[in-house]
Amino acid sequence: MSVTAAAPPAAARGAALGRLTVTELKLLARERVRLVVGVGVPLILVIIFGSIPFYNHPAKVFGGLTLLDVYVPILSAFSLAVLSLTVLPMVLADYRSKGVLRRLQTTPAGPARVLAAQVIVDLGLAAVAVAVILAVARIGYGVFLPRQLAGFVVAALLAAAALMAIGLFIAALAPSGRAGMATGQLVLIPMMFFAGLFIPIPAMSPAVQHISHATPLGAAVEAMQYAAQGHWPHLLPLLTMAAYAVAFGLAAARLFRWE
Amino acid sequence: MSAVIEVQHLHKSYGDTVAVDDVSFTVADGEIFGILGPNGAGKTTTVESIEGLRAPNRGAISVLGLDPRRDRAELTQRLGVQLQDSQLPDRLRVAEALELYSSFYRAPADWRALMDALGLAGQSKTRFGQLSGGQKQRLSIALALVGNPQVVVLDELTTGLDPQARRDTWALIEGVRDRGVTILLVTHFMEEAERLCDRVALIDAGRVVAMDTPAGLAGRVQADQRIQFLPSVPLDDALLTALADVTSVTRRGDVVVVTGNSNALNAVTSVLARHQIVARQLRVDQASLEDAFIALTGHEPAAAQNQH
Repeated sequence: MSVTAAAPPAAARGAALGRLTVTELKLLARERVRLVVGVGVPLILVIIFGSIPFYNHPAKVFGGLTLLDVYVPILSAFSLAVLSLTVLPMVLADYRSKGVLRRLQTTPAGPARVLAAQVIVDLGLAAVAVAVILAVARIGYGVFLPRQLAGFVVAALLAAAALMAIGLFIAALAPSGRAGMATGQLVLIPMMFFAGLFIPIPAMSPAVQHISHATPLGAAVEAMQYAAQGHWPHLLPLLTMAAYAVAFGLAAARLFRWE
Repeated sequence: MSAVIEVQHLHKSYGDTVAVDDVSFTVADGEIFGILGPNGAGKTTTVESIEGLRAPNRGAISVLGLDPRRDRAELTQRLGVQLQDSQLPDRLRVAEALELYSSFYRAPADWRALMDALGLAGQSKTRFGQLSGGQKQRLSIALALVGNPQVVVLDELTTGLDPQARRDTWALIEGVRDRGVTILLVTHFMEEAERLCDRVALIDAGRVVAMDTPAGLAGRVQADQRIQFLPSVPLDDALLTALADVTSVTRRGDVVVVTGNSNALNAVTSVLARHQIVARQLRVDQASLEDAFIALTGHEPAAAQNQH
């Protein structure tokens, strides 16, 4: 072993991140709860809504779109939110309370890399979830794929950044995995209301609509719906999401404890 | 022998609570050095400072010439650590954990050989959450060694192991030392310190109260020997009290109890032989590390409570 040449530190760090990411993927595959919550639930909602005739009639209030057209971007954002706000804090807070992060602190890999691996895996899972939702809606129920695809991808990425930053912030404060998941769910419910999961945003009063646009998920839905209909998203919702990403990202970095 | 670990006047407090008041010691190359002390004495805070997990308020620490806080990247390559109560993700398999951790180091040990050496080969595909306490403990020792470290810190090495597994682990640690690895061992288990350690530091209330070899520490408290036997024929106490090496002779029923200095046993057995008296059920008690522990700290070692 001693004859092995020392690997360049940068390469070794990259290898450790790769190995940690593969390991986190394996753990994800073994833990079906996270797959069901992040991908299964939004997908089932697409199938349920798609199978209700009421959702498939073009409506004047939505500018000739069907209710399902409106809901597909909302459910995509919902999937991002569930993964970022409940799954991510649950796993990371669990790692902290079990001493997994502390143990990694004593290795050359360090605990920040397992955090990065977790974010990479959840981002990948979110991308798969959104793709599956769009594909099922397209193939099963004739919902158009986002007509401004690049704008949709930019909006979705910014939404993921904002939501994951909030998820990391929750993980920074949660004392255990269970507490992390519970806090995430508490935050998620009002966010989903303002994102129009329960009542479509156009049906809300103007004051509530303003609040909605200021929430991370409301801004995400606004930008993603706009892109789905073929327009480049407005700057304001994109900036709103970027601001959430920076603010909560910095707060999480300051507050996160490895033990 | 050069110093591998040097701790000078370490002080660490958490708010008003002083965890480590003033601790200094030096561990030489290739040594097994034990840190003994009652619960809450500051043992774990001391080793966590050496590992770089804690920033001391005062004092200086050097490990392999490195500063544990500033030179983390290099130190973590060369220092293996077994933490008390650290776990792995429940669904991670034994072989995966070892392979993952070995990927962190520039010159890792052969993790498969390590898995065999720790008797975990049969559990290579078992998930961490399904391992027994002893198996988890052995895996954490394997993970401490997988980076091929020059120094290993083991915190409560054999807590939770059954007596056989404990002896196997001790043999393994001796094997690790024979390969030239310096070992810092935190324990409150006296037998473990006596068996493994070249030197021990006894820590109480955040200070080093004694530092010596286990035998030296034991000898420091009590040079007396206590000899008990059942004489084959009635015996006159005067035969024994006349001996210079004997300090007292008492009786407990038919059993004669003699105390004296380290030569007392010799003197007593020669007198008995001269008078053709056979000493039946002969027992000699010497001060142990445990006696030293109690004498120097005023506490019972906590090990007794922890050997479930």
